[in-house]
Amino acid sequence: MNCFLKSLSVRFTLLVITACSGQLAADDVSFNRDIRPLLSDRCFSCHGFDEEHREADLRLDRREGAEDWLAPGEPDDSEILRRIISDDDDEVMPPPHAHKPRFTDAQIELIRTWIKQGAPYETHWSFVPPESELPAKMKIITDDGNIPRLTEIDSFILDRLNQEGQSISNMADKRTLFRRLSFDLTGLPPNADQLKRFLQDDSEIAYEKAVDRLLESERYGEHMARYWLDLVRFSDTNGLHHDHYRDMTPYRDWVIDSFNKNRPYNEFVIDQVAGDLVPNPTTDQLIASGFNRLHLIIDVGTALPEESLNRNVIDRTTAVGTAFMGLTVQCATCHDHKYDPITQRDFYQLYAFFNNFDGQPETGRRGTLDFKRGLQQPYINLPSDEQKTQLAALELAIAAAQKLTRATTNEIKVAQRSSIDSAKITRLENRLKVETKKQKSLQQKRDQLMLKIPGALVMKEREKIRPAHLLVRGQYDQPGEVVERNTPSFLPPMKDTELTRNRLDLAKWLVSEENPLTARVTVNRFWQQFFGTGIVRTSEDFGAQGEVPSHPELLDYLAVQLTQSNWDVKKLVKQIVMSATYRQSSAASPESYANDPKNRLLSRGARFRLDAEVIRDQILAVTGLLNDDLFGKSVKPPQPDGLWKLVAMPYSYPRIFEADTGTKIYRRSLYTFWKRGLPPPQLTIFDAPTREACVARRERTNTPLQALLLMNEQQYFQASMHFAQTLLQRKHASDSQRLQHAYEAVTTQLPSQSAQKRLLQGLQQFKTLYADDEKLTAQMLTHSLSPDQLPTDQAGKVQLSAWTMLIHSLLNLDTTRAHE
Amino acid sequence: MHSLQQLSDRQNRRRFLKHNAMGLGATALGSLLSQQQATAAEPGLHFAAKAKRVIFMFMAGAPSQIDLFDPKPELDDMFEQPLPSSVSNGQRVTAMTKGKAQLIAPSMFKFAQKGQNGVYMSELLPHLSDVVDDICFIRSMNTDAINHDPGKTLFCTGTEIPGSASMGAWLSYGLGRINENLPDFVVLNSAFWTGGTGNVQALYSRLWGSGYLPSKHQGVAFQPAGDPVLFLSNPNGVNRDSRRTMLDLVGKLNAEHHEQVGDPEIQTTIAQQEMAFRMQASVPELTDLDGEPQHILEMYGPEVQKSGSFARNCLLARRMVERDVRFVQLFHRGWDHHVGLPGKIKGQAYDVDQAAAALLKDLKQRDLLKDTLVVFGGEFGRTTFCQGKLSHTNYGRDHHPRCFTAWMAGGGVKGGISYGQTDEFSYNVVENPVHVRDFNATILHQLGIDHNKLTFPYLGLDQKLTGVKEAHVVHDILS
Repeated sequence: MNCFLKSLSVRFTLLVITACSGQLAADDVSFNRDIRPLLSDRCFSCHGFDEEHREADLRLDRREGAEDWLAPGEPDDSEILRRIISDDDDEVMPPPHAHKPRFTDAQIELIRTWIKQGAPYETHWSFVPPESELPAKMKIITDDGNIPRLTEIDSFILDRLNQEGQSISNMADKRTLFRRLSFDLTGLPPNADQLKRFLQDDSEIAYEKAVDRLLESERYGEHMARYWLDLVRFSDTNGLHHDHYRDMTPYRDWVIDSFNKNRPYNEFVIDQVAGDLVPNPTTDQLIASGFNRLHLIIDVGTALPEESLNRNVIDRTTAVGTAFMGLTVQCATCHDHKYDPITQRDFYQLYAFFNNFDGQPETGRRGTLDFKRGLQQPYINLPSDEQKTQLAALELAIAAAQKLTRATTNEIKVAQRSSIDSAKITRLENRLKVETKKQKSLQQKRDQLMLKIPGALVMKEREKIRPAHLLVRGQYDQPGEVVERNTPSFLPPMKDTELTRNRLDLAKWLVSEENPLTARVTVNRFWQQFFGTGIVRTSEDFGAQGEVPSHPELLDYLAVQLTQSNWDVKKLVKQIVMSATYRQSSAASPESYANDPKNRLLSRGARFRLDAEVIRDQILAVTGLLNDDLFGKSVKPPQPDGLWKLVAMPYSYPRIFEADTGTKIYRRSLYTFWKRGLPPPQLTIFDAPTREACVARRERTNTPLQALLLMNEQQYFQASMHFAQTLLQRKHASDSQRLQHAYEAVTTQLPSQSAQKRLLQGLQQFKTLYADDEKLTAQMLTHSLSPDQLPTDQAGKVQLSAWTMLIHSLLNLDTTRAHE
Repeated sequence: MHSLQQLSDRQNRRRFLKHNAMGLGATALGSLLSQQQATAAEPGLHFAAKAKRVIFMFMAGAPSQIDLFDPKPELDDMFEQPLPSSVSNGQRVTAMTKGKAQLIAPSMFKFAQKGQNGVYMSELLPHLSDVVDDICFIRSMNTDAINHDPGKTLFCTGTEIPGSASMGAWLSYGLGRINENLPDFVVLNSAFWTGGTGNVQALYSRLWGSGYLPSKHQGVAFQPAGDPVLFLSNPNGVNRDSRRTMLDLVGKLNAEHHEQVGDPEIQTTIAQQEMAFRMQASVPELTDLDGEPQHILEMYGPEVQKSGSFARNCLLARRMVERDVRFVQLFHRGWDHHVGLPGKIKGQAYDVDQAAAALLKDLKQRDLLKDTLVVFGGEFGRTTFCQGKLSHTNYGRDHHPRCFTAWMAGGGVKGGISYGQTDEFSYNVVENPVHVRDFNATILHQLGIDHNKLTFPYLGLDQKLTGVKEAHVVHDILS
């Protein structure tokens, strides 16, 4: 590490020197970077793409149409500038009634300079294909073989920092770095063995080996899947009206498995958008096509099916826009997009790929087997081999039983016709009763079995294509002209096809080389996972109203790398975590935090509060409770009573929350049952979204309710006692030794001398407090998960209570819940 | 042509990158970094506020305006006659009454003039009739949605599509808190209602959610049983002393860690843990009714004794605004009277009439009504025509977005008036229409907020509570 730091400082000198050359004139203004965001925000809603609402026949989104208002090179002769700086309320732009902020003096100067430069227009940056260009300086650096550890990523970051006269920070210490890496690659803190192995490895490639090991862990796929589930609004209920149950869990398993197997991202996209249309689709591809079924859906009865159909298709189309294209296509549902060149026609052409669903637009009625299973046609059954055998046996038995009842029924008929032997008829009828009962019981058994067999909702096309219309003002009952399936006209066109274009063609177009958006949007979201903020902060919007990238060249470089690597996600992830930028320490001066609170320049490591699921999983992991079963149906860890009942309808299914029992309740949080109408509070209190809409990034807040949750949540508190009980089983350990062990298990660090002292003092205080209060101690012990192993003597009870409070304190430290 | 465009794009791109790679620090990056802060700093009081706090009584399921607020005695002569098609004018209906006859069902309830201005009040609401001089009825409310879920979502968050911020979240974001020991946005859901169990519509946490706003602005739903605020109470075996000891220990370690790593967020964590500790005292004090004198409890009616009742929640709401909780939203369900309306609406009126009237009186006697805006309304209205069996004393009504009644009181709103008018059928608005977004804009206005200026950038739009369509403050009803 020292060697690395030394070489890094040499490198900085080099960079600083090279960065001084090649400066451009300070008054150089870029349309994409400086001007478009201003015009978009203040002007485009009346003078932009939307033809219907365009004022004064002026459009400012492109040069054509703006000529009369712009005198290139002559700011003072340009009407645009005159109107912007006007004092007259009737003239000034934006006008007061638009409720937009006035341009500031600095912004006016930018516009003036831009006009002086000739008012050049540019295609919006994200609509131009990315190109991979390393900074010129880096080209020199990579020729120098002495510094192997600075990566291409670092060259972009350093290039930018150097212009500000800054550099990156020292590398994080091994423990901090490994903890960060474990969270980022697996969503879990390191366990003792992993940590020991890493700490003991002094070789140059110790870190890289650790990266490789973590990437091979099954926990990696679970962790990566969790972000994806927010993006596609995965959940266990339908989200509307009754908010009934639905089962989409095979899709979740497929996502986890895809990340673990490192399925190329282009295939990952194609299978989700159109797995059902691939020739001879595999079961996995059909499951993946369930992406198109993740939207909210209303249950039959109150809404109008035509309206529900439209709503579903818009939801489906919006998801593709957000998840893959990073565009707010849904803004063009009712009118042309105000800020991006997406026309209303573009929207409905995209919509046309998704409206040919062969199924009902509303979920079925209560009481059916499908309803109980949370399924709705079209779906596929996914029995295990054992279940297949059981099912086949039951089907055979049912067929045989049916044959018997039919035969007996016939015999009765014959007997009734030919004989007056009423005793015989009675005998036969009794036999039929028995046989029918048996048949029904078999059928019930089959239904019971079916309830256990997972099913996967899949996408399916109707044979006869449902025509798509442009909907006037977005109203489902006001169809305008018929539109053909097509991609937005401002993006590179799809390849011509012989047959009618379908979703598969669209999916391939999304990941085609020409598509300027998908790779950029993708790498940006992955980047955001590791640094807390994307290179483009608005990871859901790469349009004109989104923010411009902090490091556009880096974004492009990574996007090109991704496509050229055949969309190898693990490679990308590894590339990111191998960078010096990633490995920096997050400890910094207050000035550093004050000057760049969001760390957009990355002059220090990323420090942010961990996500809800990671916080919970960590508590379970470090206290020894985590159940690391992979895959399967959702589980219900306990939550406070009565939450669902307070929002449910009398026939909502499920209506009342019933917690699972056994070790299921200690499974990782991504398996937690997700009711959209009231998601698990342990997760939403820490900013998990409700999964009602596609969300590409979470906000991070810091609230008293979060503090209360970590202080008082039952499972978390039980976990503290569970750990304390384990700890106290080391009979011969001293309190100091126990403390060091616990501190390291929870924080991955060794306690500083001062922390050690404080914690031991705290322990003593807790001991005194509980020794003085026998009743309180008795209450405390009710949290034990292994009550048969509780101490029986008062001293032992006090000891356990105090240690429980100490572990509980450790779990409530800021550092414990932080990515740092 | 295409290649030319590509060439020029490539050049532009280089230019863009080149520009980005040099001295943008002062300008574009500065704005890039400060955009969030700049937007967050902008909201606040745009002009003097008439109201400091709001109590919103949301009647989920949609109460019938014809039976409660919008008398149409002329309809008595049109019993069972088809609604003229010139009135319904081909308007869409729900799947439940689509294609069925639209036979007029006059209200069986009597209306009489009350208060100084002689506002017509239904016999279903005797207590509210007593305080009618404080109330402004808006009979010309209308909305876009015809079904509950989108209707409630539109009213509470400004759009029918889930994902937007709720009104209380907007106020929290825009105005911040005025109480240091309690949440600034509290939700009180009724745990039961009297008008039958079959008329209940689901609620969703999105109705008090923060949507795209940071989640610290989301409503805190108080629970009728167990901890009023989730996870409020210490676990068994942890008392105030051991909690204090633990927080002192954690606080010191956090402070030391802050010195080492420099992240100011750690100080926020310390502050929030202390706030949590204070809430452990302030919330139980808030929900403890032992100090309420008998005559106050009696004023709210017998149901106030039951935790989770609307009456109890009204009393709690008063205690909250007394302590300067900014926004209290009550949800009372059970208003979806498709069939058997007369019997069921009596039950619902029993739930809300006395309690809501008591709340107004109670606020007034404490001089809180003048700067507390009290709001009452559901997601839409109900049809003048019958759904299901029709007799003079039994009928049902379907959803009706074209007109309904909501009311406001206090907080700088004129009392003793009714505003807007519907046609003789209570079907279409004929005078002074007030859309839900106008209604919401008016609430914001009373709090000193220009609804066009309280915005948050998300998905390419300056998002606001009133959505993308124009909204107008209803100045006519303001005092």
